[in-house]
Amino acid sequence: MAATVTPADVGALEREWTLPDRGTVGIILLMITESSLFTIFVVAYLVYIGRSATGPFPKDVLEVPIVASICLLSSSLTIVLAENALKRNQVGRFKLWWLVTILLGGEFLTATGVEWHHLIYKEGLTISTNLFGTTYYSLVGLHASHVIVGLFFLLLVMLVSLMGFPIQHQERRVKFLSWYWHFVDAIWIVVFTVVYIIGR
Amino acid sequence: MTDLGLLAFFQVQVPGIPEHRVTDIFKPLASPAAAERDIAWFTIAVTTLIFIVVGGIIVYTIMRFRRRPGDDLRQEPPQVYGSNQIELAWTVIPILIAFVLIGVTARVVWSVENASPPPSALHVKVIGHQWWWEVVYPDYRITTANEIHVPYSPDGKEATYLELSSVDVVHSFWVPQLSGKVDLIPNRLNYMWIDPKQAGVYVGNCAEYCGTQHANMLLRVVAEDRSTFRAWAQGQQKAVEPSVVSTGRTTFESLSCVNCHVIQGTKAIGKFGPDLSHLGSRSTLGAGMMTNTREHLKAWINDPQEIKPGCLMPSMKLTSTELDGVASYLESLK
Amino acid sequence: MATIDQPLPAKAATMREEFSWSESLYNWVATVDHKRLGLMYVVSALVFLVIAGIMASIIRLQLAFPNNHVIGPDTYNRLFTMHGTTMVFFVGMPMVAGFANYLVPLMIGARDMAFPRLNAFGFWIFLFGGVLLYFSYIGGGGLSGAGSAPDVGWFAYAPLTERAFSRGASTDYWILGIFTAGIGSIASAINVIATAISMRCPGMTLARMPMFVWVMVIDSWLILIAIPPLTAAQIMLAYDRFLGANFFNTQAGGSAVLWQHFFWIFGHPEVYILIFPAFAILSEVIPVFSRKPLFGRPAMVAAVIAIGFISLGVWAHHMFAVGMTAWSNTFFAASSMLVGIPTGIKIFNWTATMFGGKLRMDTPMLYCCGFLFQFLVAGLTGIMLAVSPFDWQLHDSYFNVAHFHFTLIGGLVFGLLVGMYYWYPKVSGRMYNERLGKLSFWLFVIGFNTTFIPQHFLGFLGMPRRIYTYPAARGWETFNLISSIGVIFQIAAVGLFAWNVVYSAIKGKQAGDDPWDAWTLEWASTSPPPEYNFEKLPVVRSSRPLWDLKHPQDPDWKFGQ
Repeated sequence: MAATVTPADVGALEREWTLPDRGTVGIILLMITESSLFTIFVVAYLVYIGRSATGPFPKDVLEVPIVASICLLSSSLTIVLAENALKRNQVGRFKLWWLVTILLGGEFLTATGVEWHHLIYKEGLTISTNLFGTTYYSLVGLHASHVIVGLFFLLLVMLVSLMGFPIQHQERRVKFLSWYWHFVDAIWIVVFTVVYIIGR
Repeated sequence: MTDLGLLAFFQVQVPGIPEHRVTDIFKPLASPAAAERDIAWFTIAVTTLIFIVVGGIIVYTIMRFRRRPGDDLRQEPPQVYGSNQIELAWTVIPILIAFVLIGVTARVVWSVENASPPPSALHVKVIGHQWWWEVVYPDYRITTANEIHVPYSPDGKEATYLELSSVDVVHSFWVPQLSGKVDLIPNRLNYMWIDPKQAGVYVGNCAEYCGTQHANMLLRVVAEDRSTFRAWAQGQQKAVEPSVVSTGRTTFESLSCVNCHVIQGTKAIGKFGPDLSHLGSRSTLGAGMMTNTREHLKAWINDPQEIKPGCLMPSMKLTSTELDGVASYLESLK
Repeated sequence: MATIDQPLPAKAATMREEFSWSESLYNWVATVDHKRLGLMYVVSALVFLVIAGIMASIIRLQLAFPNNHVIGPDTYNRLFTMHGTTMVFFVGMPMVAGFANYLVPLMIGARDMAFPRLNAFGFWIFLFGGVLLYFSYIGGGGLSGAGSAPDVGWFAYAPLTERAFSRGASTDYWILGIFTAGIGSIASAINVIATAISMRCPGMTLARMPMFVWVMVIDSWLILIAIPPLTAAQIMLAYDRFLGANFFNTQAGGSAVLWQHFFWIFGHPEVYILIFPAFAILSEVIPVFSRKPLFGRPAMVAAVIAIGFISLGVWAHHMFAVGMTAWSNTFFAASSMLVGIPTGIKIFNWTATMFGGKLRMDTPMLYCCGFLFQFLVAGLTGIMLAVSPFDWQLHDSYFNVAHFHFTLIGGLVFGLLVGMYYWYPKVSGRMYNERLGKLSFWLFVIGFNTTFIPQHFLGFLGMPRRIYTYPAARGWETFNLISSIGVIFQIAAVGLFAWNVVYSAIKGKQAGDDPWDAWTLEWASTSPPPEYNFEKLPVVRSSRPLWDLKHPQDPDWKFGQ
């Protein structure tokens, strides 16, 4: 005797069968693997705190980047505002808040660049100077490189929407990009704490 | 490689001293190795038992349930999905076995690693180089190379406490019949101890890949009775003072040899290579590669790359007269 | 295609278009079809296997006699470095990706992976990494002469890898080749997990997902967590070598041990990453060849998850000789013994699957049995190594070498061969030659054991690893010679296998959809499956949908399976 499942049941099963969206899963997995990468650089930073044989030392040369951090963390807020605008089909508002996000991210990078210029040329701290230099530039640099990648994609979306392509049809992809951006901000909170609070 | 190179690898048997060249970890001749041997046997016993039981069941299963010609292949066997009781049983039993092993392990780890040196222990620093061993006796102010003399300890009261480090890459000190290995790591101090129970020469190897000539970074621990050891130490402490400065010594001091090697009481003060102050008293050359004979010594000085390609001593390009002279000089450094 | 209430179709008609050779080449190079990419992964891995196998043969030739002069130290050191690096990163890892990519969509009733283009990217970047590594033979020039491959060992301990001790570019190629290939591994891992979560056919709850898919998903999780530490360490080493950074520069206070921690935090989970495909394959093949369902499926899933978790906490058992505290030496001994428990449970469950069954002793099953014994031995020598005081003698000796070759060849390679023979008819549409398969098996068993059993005793006799020669006086000659002789049998076995694969592809009997009378969804499609996998996506009600179809009076779902 055949199974007691009728074709109608099968149809119902097929219709009710919902699984998590693969893009969502993919971006979450990416964040997990990137976290693993950052963890090792953080561990190296922590292990080498106080072990530099020669200076310059953190408390002598590091200035807490308050403004840059506020900018970067606010950009998480502005990107949410942009997304909400997109959900409500307000493309103009979306473009505005998206631009603000990019500018805030750009400010963060610029501030980092200025800080590094000061550290290298005025304080004589390079990646090869001592353990502090090595761990500082590599950890902050790894984060900054992720900001650069994020900015690149943010600019791409900006360009695409400015060229008139219907960005409101790409809500899902914009959402994934904003999650990446939030991730980069969350990593900054960790890096900031390790470098400017614990390590100083 | 020349024939001399071939010969160089031959028997490193120094007459008169029992040499433990077959380094069986199950024939320990010092306490750490003995403790390790005991736990080794215990572990082997447990794992062999597991192998016999599990392997036996697998063999039985294969033999008993193989398809045989004449089997009705359309009839599938009973489709058993599992059994919680069985799963529990074969989870709990291995956990218990693991706990026993962990307990035994902890005990031996502590007894070997955290043993503190008795006050009379001999302290020796061993510093790893690519591809030789620098050996320093801080209490005696002796620096030598590759051969480590220690007093042997039939009653377990004499111990030698080693402090290990490295100037370049990671090496590892392994004389199997005396102890398990401990690494020599740059910018780090490691410690181990040995108490050889019998007089003799204990042979070992560097046991962490350290570059081109890792294979030929051999160890010789010479365990001797207290008075012989003291005599050796006293001999090593003083510079060799000949009444006449030989031509060989003049040659040596005029060449770049002095930049890499130390010979006490002479112009040679280089720290890069092994200390040669008492080279003549050592039984091997090239970190255990060949016996210390005039032939071998000349071959080495003439072209170390032939014997130990990649080692950090260049060919000195001496004339045969210079070679003879330097060899005689170094031989005389007993 | 089959749904719960419809019978299996007759062999689906496949339209074969005629392509010119350049079109065919383009179709392969530009493909995003998971089956083609999976095949390309496996074929690449087999090519690298032969290359690394030749290296091993030269190594064994050099070590067959004391004071041998087949090759000098530099060549030898490069050979063992390239042998290990190739086997781990360019044979093992692509086999993981290849098997997963080919089989997962078919087994879950999907048409392709979640991210087909990412899949293609992953393959090509892996291959590029291999090319980069091997380019070192001509591009890695240093002080020692024209062009050289890396010679720092596959785990490349610092500070041997720093510029001061590793001149030229050979170590840089080691870094670049593996770094690049690692990106591919992570891409593949993301793809496998997303596919298994998001693309299962209706009715296939996670509980009904085939064991193969479960294991490859957990394998992918391990990849996501354990590969980045290696990537990070390699970036740090690259900074040291190129920018003068001090991560592992002991002169500036850097720590050689830190490299070891980072490397083994990757390296230990890596060996589980490597062995999981064998576990996955056995969990599919043993039931089919025993004619019984897998014994204790939930326990098997739990065991794999447990192995995955615990394996993240055992890494310092590679560092027992480094001078860690007694607490560390005990902790890692304990965790290393604990990881053996779920592994043992798997062996017990496979045996219990066979128990009471009707064992079909064909080539796949023979390799399963070989695996069971050899992996049992490997696991037990692993327990010996986990006992840290015993490890103080065995570490970095030939006992160590014997152990990991038992896990990797006796375990992984044998397990992969199970899979290759089992799915050969599905992939090629033809049956391999059974007699050749059996002959190859016995040659391999004899050769492998002849080579590696004696190496345990070499370890007991104090022979360290990675030495290019040894003197006659140490008592190592006999075992070394026996070990080298075993290579001849292994070469014969691999040769026969290759011949079987090629010849059967041309002359083998047509296999049909389901030559083994199996129960997972890939057997419901044609052999080979069409590009779209299934005409109609299946709907399932148990973990053995084809069993249910073939046994309508006695389906698995009646028993809640």
